[in-house]
Amino acid sequence: MKISLNWLREYVDVRLPIDELARRVTDAVAEVEGWRVIGEMWDPALVRVAKVVAVDPHPNADRLRLATVDTGERTVQVVCGAPNLAVGQTVAFASEGARLFDGHTGEPTTLKLRPIRGVESAGMVLSERELGLSDEHEGILVLPEGTPVGVPLADVLGDVILEVSTWANRADLLGMVGFAREVAALTGGVLREPSREFTASGPAVDGLVSVSIEAPDLCRRFTASVIEGITVGPSPAWMQERLRKAGMRPINNVVDITNYVMLETGQPLHAFDYDLVRGKRIVARRARPGERLVTLDGVEREFDGEMLLICDGEGPVGVAGVMGGGNSEVNEGTTRVLLEVANFRAGSIRRTSTLLKLRTEASLRFEKGLGPEMAMYAQQRALHLFETVCGGRIASGIVDVYPGKEPPRTIVLEAARIAQVLGIDVPVEDVRRILGDLGFLVHHVPPAKYSVQVPSWRPDVEIPDDLVEEIGRIYGYDRLPATMLRGTLPAPEANPVMSLRERLRDLAVALGFQEVINYTLTTREKLALVTDPLDTVRRNPLGVVNPVAAQHAYLRTSLRASVLESYAANRRQAEGPLRLFEIGFEYLPVEGDLPIERPVLCAVLGGSREGRWHVGGGDALDFFDAKGAVEAMLGALGVRGTFTAAEEHGLLPGHTAKFGVGSEMAGIVGQVHPETAAAFDIEEPVFLFEVWVEDLVRHLPERPPYQALSRYPAVRMDLAVVVDASVPAGAVLELARSHRSQGVTTRAELFDEYRGPGVPEGKKSLALRLWFRADDRTLTDEEALKVRQGLLARLGREFGAELRG
Amino acid sequence: MTTETGSLAGLEAEALAALEAAADDAALDRWRAEWLGRQDGRVTVLLRGIREVAPDERAAYGAAVNALKQALEARLEARRQALKRAELERLAREGAIDVTLPGRPQPLGRLHPITRTLRDCLDAFRAMGFRVAEGPEVEWDRYNFDAARIPEDHPARDMWDTIWVNTLIDGKRRMLLRTHTTPNQIRVMERTPQPPVRVVVPGKCYRQEATDATHEWMLTQIEGLAVDEGVRMSDLKGVLYEWARAMFGTDRRIIFHHSYFPFVEPGVEMAIDCFICRGDGRQCHTCHGTGWIEILGAGMVHPEIIDNAGYDASRVTGFAFGIGVERVAMLRWGIEDIRHFYSNDLRFLGQF
Ligand SMILES: [Zn+2]
Repeated sequence: MKISLNWLREYVDVRLPIDELARRVTDAVAEVEGWRVIGEMWDPALVRVAKVVAVDPHPNADRLRLATVDTGERTVQVVCGAPNLAVGQTVAFASEGARLFDGHTGEPTTLKLRPIRGVESAGMVLSERELGLSDEHEGILVLPEGTPVGVPLADVLGDVILEVSTWANRADLLGMVGFAREVAALTGGVLREPSREFTASGPAVDGLVSVSIEAPDLCRRFTASVIEGITVGPSPAWMQERLRKAGMRPINNVVDITNYVMLETGQPLHAFDYDLVRGKRIVARRARPGERLVTLDGVEREFDGEMLLICDGEGPVGVAGVMGGGNSEVNEGTTRVLLEVANFRAGSIRRTSTLLKLRTEASLRFEKGLGPEMAMYAQQRALHLFETVCGGRIASGIVDVYPGKEPPRTIVLEAARIAQVLGIDVPVEDVRRILGDLGFLVHHVPPAKYSVQVPSWRPDVEIPDDLVEEIGRIYGYDRLPATMLRGTLPAPEANPVMSLRERLRDLAVALGFQEVINYTLTTREKLALVTDPLDTVRRNPLGVVNPVAAQHAYLRTSLRASVLESYAANRRQAEGPLRLFEIGFEYLPVEGDLPIERPVLCAVLGGSREGRWHVGGGDALDFFDAKGAVEAMLGALGVRGTFTAAEEHGLLPGHTAKFGVGSEMAGIVGQVHPETAAAFDIEEPVFLFEVWVEDLVRHLPERPPYQALSRYPAVRMDLAVVVDASVPAGAVLELARSHRSQGVTTRAELFDEYRGPGVPEGKKSLALRLWFRADDRTLTDEEALKVRQGLLARLGREFGAELRG
Repeated sequence: MTTETGSLAGLEAEALAALEAAADDAALDRWRAEWLGRQDGRVTVLLRGIREVAPDERAAYGAAVNALKQALEARLEARRQALKRAELERLAREGAIDVTLPGRPQPLGRLHPITRTLRDCLDAFRAMGFRVAEGPEVEWDRYNFDAARIPEDHPARDMWDTIWVNTLIDGKRRMLLRTHTTPNQIRVMERTPQPPVRVVVPGKCYRQEATDATHEWMLTQIEGLAVDEGVRMSDLKGVLYEWARAMFGTDRRIIFHHSYFPFVEPGVEMAIDCFICRGDGRQCHTCHGTGWIEILGAGMVHPEIIDNAGYDASRVTGFAFGIGVERVAMLRWGIEDIRHFYSNDLRFLGQF
């Protein structure tokens, strides 16, 4: 909302500098987003008020005229092209050297006078655009009649416009009076409410119109008055100026009054041409399904049965609280006005305006919840203006149908509650002053209670804590100390999945992987590239109704597509090896319930190691780099994975393994199928692994298995065996690792796999490095050889292994 | 006697001078043969000449010559080592590498800046006794809105433009991508039969909005909640003050502005003093010349929500806050565009 400081001053004295006012308002009332100073540029000596005393044709140009202008000091002649120039106008006049805005470009400029089509010009009569007031450049700005001639323009038109963003529960702040009340409470000022006096000299209103409310749950109050003898025309210049500064376009005196009073009070009003109201009666009722009306904006709208319409004797004439109908619009010929000021249920107006996609100044106010008492307040204020501005004759009485009348709300506030919530005591006199300034009626009930009556314009205040907020914000939150929480701590809540996730994140980083975070919404097509056609869960991701973009329409059921995309995007601008990972959720749909959010680590790696300075490099990362990373992570977690060959959609057969820990599969590692990689614009071999966090966490030891260090040295020996090529090396290694004999344990690593000359066709050689160790003695070589012999025999029995000769 | 020892000293000086002159292994071998040779090394000969020494002087003579022998042997060894080192270093210098060549690239992983910022925030709250919990990203409208006192047809819903999940339950859309972490206030209290509650809940949130340099549709938030007897707004101020100091420097100041969120009463927005311009930058892009940076929304938990959790709202109070992690990360590193975070460009990610 735009707040003109000049207008605000009509209701409250403002003595603070503007930046101080803005700061205080932001602290306690509503956010001041900024302000614009009107007339900052206007030099008081060079830009002044003048009067047009004569207008003559230009001798050399049809479109230009010569204006004789009284500047208060002298009479000068200027050349002017404005079509609205007329004798008697009070105007803004600039002399040579004045800082202005260029009427064509809008850029700041300095006025330099030159003869125009051969006639000297002593200055310039200004348009709103040249003054920086608006973009209006069709004609000159005409000042209100009676503006003193010769005074600096800044004195009469200079202003500050505050841009204020108010809250969703404060309709009263969308009116100047409500805003002024807050400023008064904040600064110790006194609120001056606008006049609502008028004389009703016309016929009794009851004979002119009848009102009935058929939907009292949606319409709590409906007031109506009739003004006769109106001549529709422009509203006075001061009113137009204020409307413009508030960002509204002046239309005519009748409509301008309704808008002006709305800006002033926050209460929307609507004027009908009385003579277009059929049957001279108004009915507020629910729409009949399918009922239609052309609204003031010229659009035909259709209503559902929950929308409230304002109807006359024959049909709809307005959408309640949103917009009037074109069929009863005030026009140039209007002489009698029916003025509606009503109160509608906030939720209903919001629903209607949302469904109709029609947000108006009126609906924005109604949906925030207006107090019903404001209807009569605004009605009376408008009648005052109709009388003083339009010279209308006001019918006697105001129709007031008020089914929703409620007694004023009273709240009992315990003084102790203030300290309980805020942490400080607020003195009784401050509580009374603050609430009193805001319009509450406060009775202090000694020793420690307040009985508080809530003003009608504050339906948002419902409970004692609402009052605590009123007190706290005006008293000033800067007066709260910064204290520390007291009392006992809640019991720690173990979250092993979260802990493991964070541990995996650290491990991945330690292994050289860069973390990425992708959008969690993607497309079905991308998910189809990386999920199994038979996986009905992952192939049927949850969609969203209103995605921000088509490529973010489905919740991902796999992280693979996202990480491959990140890989491809970075490959375009990076050489060398790339190692990326993401930890996020797969969103797996569940019928009739929220999806399962399954935490997964997904990593992708590929590219060639960089050789440097004549050494190494050039070789590409491969499956065993990926697997090595998995093994390192598992090892750091104190477990060893069991890897078995597997096939999976999107991964290359024969180059993919699932790994388990304990009895459960905990992840997968493999080469991305070249066709899948190509679908992501990746040309080189890339490898992928996933760790399924929830599956892994169930099989992690609570703490790593610790073994005391043996005091006796190990005996190291190598053992090369020949087995069928089909025997998995992992099984051989696992057997070696499990081998125990007479208190001797075996540590084993596999350091070579060989096929070729020297090894029979269809066989392979596996080279094991073994460490034998006893806990209670130093092993002799003879003992170690015996253990190795035993191991070889077992390998022979289990796998047909033979010692390599 | 004195002549003997005197001549031994002269001999040693002569030998050492010769050793100093020997510059390679061959010369050292020759020197060794001349002085310490088994057959006719000059010191060996001296030892052998002990028979010609008077019997009462033999012991002293023998000791002196033996000492000379050992001294020369030690000096020989030292000389060998020195020559060896000199040779090694000469060769090393000949084969000098260009030490200004860059080092070989090592695999180096990094955490995403959002992860880092999130962790730093959570650490600050953990230090104040907060537990860390989590809740679902795909949420019921009941938790996201209704239980947070944001009913349908309430204009406060405009504060959160919602992405709805395309699933009908009993003919209605009820599932959405949570617009804030606030539903976790309800969820945590629901599963905590009795206060105290002191929890922070991090997670992703989603908004149906157009992106620009300061708006992103996927966000990371941290919800904070402390509920107990005796929790005051001044405690909220203290906790957020400590957090701000942990994240932005110990000399930070904070300020509360009045604000409105349906689930808190009173509601505030917190700002920190601008650590970029320290309050006097009219052109400051961070604070727009106000000297204050709006950083989060907070307030005292609405008594109705305390009540709905089954706690006695007349005795139990609470505070809640919501932190936008992207905003904190942008401030701490001076990142100009929020869209960098989820575009995953390594040129960006590699800087943190
Ligand atoms: Zn600044």
